Amino acid sequence: MKKQSPPHPPLTINNSLSSNHPSFLKAVFAILQKDISAEFRSRELLSAMLVFSLLVILIFNFALELDVKVRQSITAGVLWTTFAFAGTLGLNRSMAVEKDRGCLDGLLLAPVDRSVIFFGKMLSNLTFMLIVTIIILPVYSVLYNVNLFRLDLLGVILLGSIGYSAVGTLIAAMTVQTRTRDVLLPVLLFPIVISLLIAALKVSNGLLNGAEFSEISAPLNLLIAYDVIFISIAFMVFDYVVEE
Amino acid sequence: MIQVNKLIKRFGLKTILRGLNFNVQPGEFVALLGPNGSGKTTFLRILASLSRPSLGEVKVAGYKLPNESAQVRARLGVVSHLPLLYPDLTAEENLQFYARMYGITNYESRITQVLQMVGLEHRRKDIVSAFSRGMQQRLAIARAVLHNPEVMLFDEPYTGLDQDASEMLDGVLKSVAAEGRTVVMTSHDLVRAENLATRFDVLSRGVIVASAASKDLRKTNLLSFYKKALQVEA
Amino acid sequence: MQKRPILLTMLDVVSVIMLAISTYLALFYAPTELVMGDVQRVFYFHIGTAWTALLGFIFAAGAGITYLVTKDLRWDRVGVAAVEVSTVFFLITIMLGSIWAYPAWNTWWTWDPRLTSAAITELIYAAYFMLRQGIDDVEKRARFGAIYTIIGGISAPLTFMSIRWAQSRTIHPVIIGAENATAKGDFSMTPDMLTAFLFALLAFTIIFIDLLWNRIRLESKQSEVDQLKMKVTN
Repeated sequence: MKKQSPPHPPLTINNSLSSNHPSFLKAVFAILQKDISAEFRSRELLSAMLVFSLLVILIFNFALELDVKVRQSITAGVLWTTFAFAGTLGLNRSMAVEKDRGCLDGLLLAPVDRSVIFFGKMLSNLTFMLIVTIIILPVYSVLYNVNLFRLDLLGVILLGSIGYSAVGTLIAAMTVQTRTRDVLLPVLLFPIVISLLIAALKVSNGLLNGAEFSEISAPLNLLIAYDVIFISIAFMVFDYVVEE
Repeated sequence: MIQVNKLIKRFGLKTILRGLNFNVQPGEFVALLGPNGSGKTTFLRILASLSRPSLGEVKVAGYKLPNESAQVRARLGVVSHLPLLYPDLTAEENLQFYARMYGITNYESRITQVLQMVGLEHRRKDIVSAFSRGMQQRLAIARAVLHNPEVMLFDEPYTGLDQDASEMLDGVLKSVAAEGRTVVMTSHDLVRAENLATRFDVLSRGVIVASAASKDLRKTNLLSFYKKALQVEA
Repeated sequence: MQKRPILLTMLDVVSVIMLAISTYLALFYAPTELVMGDVQRVFYFHIGTAWTALLGFIFAAGAGITYLVTKDLRWDRVGVAAVEVSTVFFLITIMLGSIWAYPAWNTWWTWDPRLTSAAITELIYAAYFMLRQGIDDVEKRARFGAIYTIIGGISAPLTFMSIRWAQSRTIHPVIIGAENATAKGDFSMTPDMLTAFLFALLAFTIIFIDLLWNRIRLESKQSEVDQLKMKVTN
């Protein structure tokens, strides 16, 4: 090995580089973009979530004998259960990547607010959930000959996924720092997101069965309230999750 | 550049740092020596704003911790024994990401500059998971100097490196220090520390028990100084 | 070691007396309900434990917020104690309800909104203990525990609302407030019943405070022991 003492231009300290702070949104999108490029290279997370989702649907197919009559009332339930289970895979993985190689410290060392890290990770978790949704919905539609690719249903899934990834990111950031992390995430997460899942389920069911708007407005409001409440809570307590 | 006054850090019931005093002048390269469990890493994490002091005053680059931590972080580069790099991204993508997190505009030329400095410009487009430990560590240094920090903290940077890689790291660390930065490095490898540092502080049981400038140590040697410092404490 | 406070001993005695009186009122003083018969007497303790448990969960969330602000480990002990006593009380609530439900609804359990939300609430706090068990570091355990009690405290009422909408029909009686047409086992209280009921609320509140206090003291002793152990091993 040759001795390397590479030439480099001399630097002066205190130049224009040193005291910049990135804007909130720029830093959030930097994290999102970083997660997406890493995922596009390894495809570990998305492929695991997708295969897992299909398996869950398959199991439901046999467990519930999804014939035409049953399907009508149960489609929304199957979908939301699938998303909830697949979601934990994604959350676990996305936080473990940060923790295991000290990258979380790297993020914490950047001159940005702690909440930037929360929103960045939440946004990338949300993106992965939505990608899984976009693939699963048409597959389910083809398999069971129902059209799930509807704008209103996608809207509900978006609202549900926002709340899910907000709470999920917060809780995964805690569980990743514990001894029993992969086991602990669903145990901590599910009792908290159950109200979100029920509300989302109720709205989706209503939409699929052509219910009046007045019937779904209450759970829809709860869904929105849940998103707002838990994003604010996470925003307030995330500092305490990552500090020492 | 760094002022620490009566720093105490407790984790629950354990007290790790017990009234530590520590001052570093601009441009100094301080090697922080001490046995395992003496509190070196804890102390460095406090200087890096990753951990909050329980009591006492900490000032880095003229800003108080933890209140002005964002200002401190903008002027601080950290290299730890973990690389703090994303294995699925290329060297360039890793640096681009951190450049954006530090709000650096026109980062392309700066990335070229730091990659040249650590001798990795030819691996710019390669994925980090394919890098050897030594290369990852050099890239970690490139990441740490990206925003041209005034103060640098190295936490056991030689962990897991073989002889060749360590020697190469020596060169890089020297060039980082040569740019007039203030450096604090923890190490249990006295030989490596001797090559680089201008001052040696010995940390034991949460306080600095001895301090000596490298020019004064020429007569005695570092190992006997280190052993003596720890015995005094015991 | 400080001595056991006199006030606590007095509170212990008062709790026992209150429990005895409340038992007497529920079993003998209050008249037998016409439709349900003697099994309705479960109601007084059912409400007593439920009321204090739910207050206890809210109190724990408050202790969590206080801990995060002050970083004083005493608030962590208050939080654990409150969650622990409340979890046990709430379990008693559910079991008493079940005993009542068997003759009233002809089943031990049904997925009624109130029962479902009670079960989920209990699961949230079971998860809380698992979270604490997974963390060795005292300070981190306190921090994460505090965060989870806050999330749990907010989530519980949301759960109740969502389940209420999901299943608009409820068969759970609503004694206080509105009349419920679909409820099975509904009744209206006579003045004697009201006396027994209000006394049960008071009694269980006092018992709760007493248990909480004892539990906090136990936790403090535990941490003293840990501290002494640490001293011995050092």
